Amino acid sequence: MRKLLNTLYVTSPNTYLSLDGENIVILKDEAEALRVPLHNLEGIIAFGYTGASPALMGACAMRNIALSFMKTSGKFLGRVVGEVKGNVTLRKTQYRLSEDEGESHKIAKSFILGKIYNARWVVERATRDHGARLDVDKLKGVCQTLANALKLVEKSQDLEQLRGFEGEAAAQYFRVLDDLILQQKDDFYFNSRNKRPPLDNVNAMLSFVYTLLAHDTAAALETVGLDPYVGFLHRDRPGRISLALDLMEELRAVYADRFVISLINKREVNDGGFTRMENGAVIMDDDTRKAILKAWQSRKQDEIRHPFLQEKMEWGLVPYAQAMLLARFIRGDLDGYPAFMWK
Amino acid sequence: MEYQEEDFLLLSGIQHFVFCKRQWALIHIEQQWQENLRTVEGGILHEKTHDNTIKEKRGDLIISRSMRIFSRTLGITGTCDVVEFHKSRDGVTLYGREGRYKPVPVEYKRGKPKQGNADVLQLCAQAMCLEEMLLCDTTEGYLYYGDPKHRLKVLLDEEIREQVKAICQEMHELYDRRYTPKVKPTKSCKACSLSELCLPKLCKNPSALAYMKKTISEIEVDK
Ligand code: SF4
Repeated sequence: MRKLLNTLYVTSPNTYLSLDGENIVILKDEAEALRVPLHNLEGIIAFGYTGASPALMGACAMRNIALSFMKTSGKFLGRVVGEVKGNVTLRKTQYRLSEDEGESHKIAKSFILGKIYNARWVVERATRDHGARLDVDKLKGVCQTLANALKLVEKSQDLEQLRGFEGEAAAQYFRVLDDLILQQKDDFYFNSRNKRPPLDNVNAMLSFVYTLLAHDTAAALETVGLDPYVGFLHRDRPGRISLALDLMEELRAVYADRFVISLINKREVNDGGFTRMENGAVIMDDDTRKAILKAWQSRKQDEIRHPFLQEKMEWGLVPYAQAMLLARFIRGDLDGYPAFMWK
Repeated sequence: MEYQEEDFLLLSGIQHFVFCKRQWALIHIEQQWQENLRTVEGGILHEKTHDNTIKEKRGDLIISRSMRIFSRTLGITGTCDVVEFHKSRDGVTLYGREGRYKPVPVEYKRGKPKQGNADVLQLCAQAMCLEEMLLCDTTEGYLYYGDPKHRLKVLLDEEIREQVKAICQEMHELYDRRYTPKVKPTKSCKACSLSELCLPKLCKNPSALAYMKKTISEIEVDK
């Protein structure tokens, strides 16, 4: 497998990213704050009002380093994309499939099967690990519902039906997400998903982590030559990385949600790191963001065994492996797209 | 049959093709690898005349380096590391030179002689390009291996020429269909620089749909 390189997260506002030879140099108040060789990097994510030199952008584009800009909230603003990789034939096939409702449905089905399977796994795993502290019957019930949802999804006939089943399954899963939070319950609770803006600490964290994951799936798709903007489940919308969001579905619960919950349960974040605005919107402070990024980076380095490829790899490479499998399916090497189904 | 310039394939692809057709397709059709392949290729295709800056002359020998070559009948283009022009009565006249010369291609390889005849085929293809461009005959070429340093004389007989023609034709057929052959894992895969892209292991688990079905059906079991 490919080597997992680092992603550089630049969180301090009012910095400037510049290029010096083969290095990225971060300037703060015109003084050098950090210098990192580009060849160690896979991606750079800059938060807040950060500037970057055209020379650096060019160097990233040439080396296939994904350079993204986000608001401090984690909202995605834009990214620098180099020359399109890979062959046009692959992309054309992708576009053709995406315009075909039937074919789109088949692929979208895999994403959703993976999504529900993994959501169920997260719940099931909690009942096993913390059975004594949880309402096991309630959780088992949700597991059963999600297992049924898988059957319905398998039998679904079109995208609309698929979205319907997916919506219900997601609601069931989110209904118990709060149960999985076992520490700091007064400050961290989850009632429902809200994002514009996030209205509680958990939603603020989820939004932030989803953006990180979306950056990774988009970059992975780009690397294998697929167009991250043209999806199967998510339909085209200008500026939306639909395929990256498609690919993210199966990773949300098992990669992102579980990560957020473990940060809370391990007390790596606390209420002091969140600010509530007058309108109820919740904002994370810089230290919390840094703590999350640090944990995310180290999480990416954990080794797992890929269930389909049967190969050891780091968590951080999973989006890449899935993007590659998707490309393999699109170019006809596989009879379907094998979702990542965590065991 | 003659190929148009824009349909020329890279001569260096022959060694990939001989190693594994899928590897060749991944590199040359899907352009999955080699950052600069396209730039190199573009440069070659757009250079209308070949670059024959002759740098060295030693007695009856002229040594020309990095000569751009092509063949319209094979539909390939590439570069010769070195072409030696040996003074010879049955040779051809060269632009700006007196006397008659016979071209002898020399290909430099960094490592050891490889198994299989990929290097020989590549050299032969170069010779066939030279013949077509200079309207002459070549009968031999040299492979120079860096480890250990030695030079191997290669006779370019009819059999090897036929192989080159067959390979070029097949490369063009696959290219026209933009077809990437399916994985057939062989022992080459171990030494293949593209294995992480190619995923030869997919063969062990050929059906994605069966994998998903099985994984889902196992849910019931562990309850
Ligand atoms: S991994 Fe094996 S099948 Fe794939 S390109 Fe390399 S040699 Fe060919």
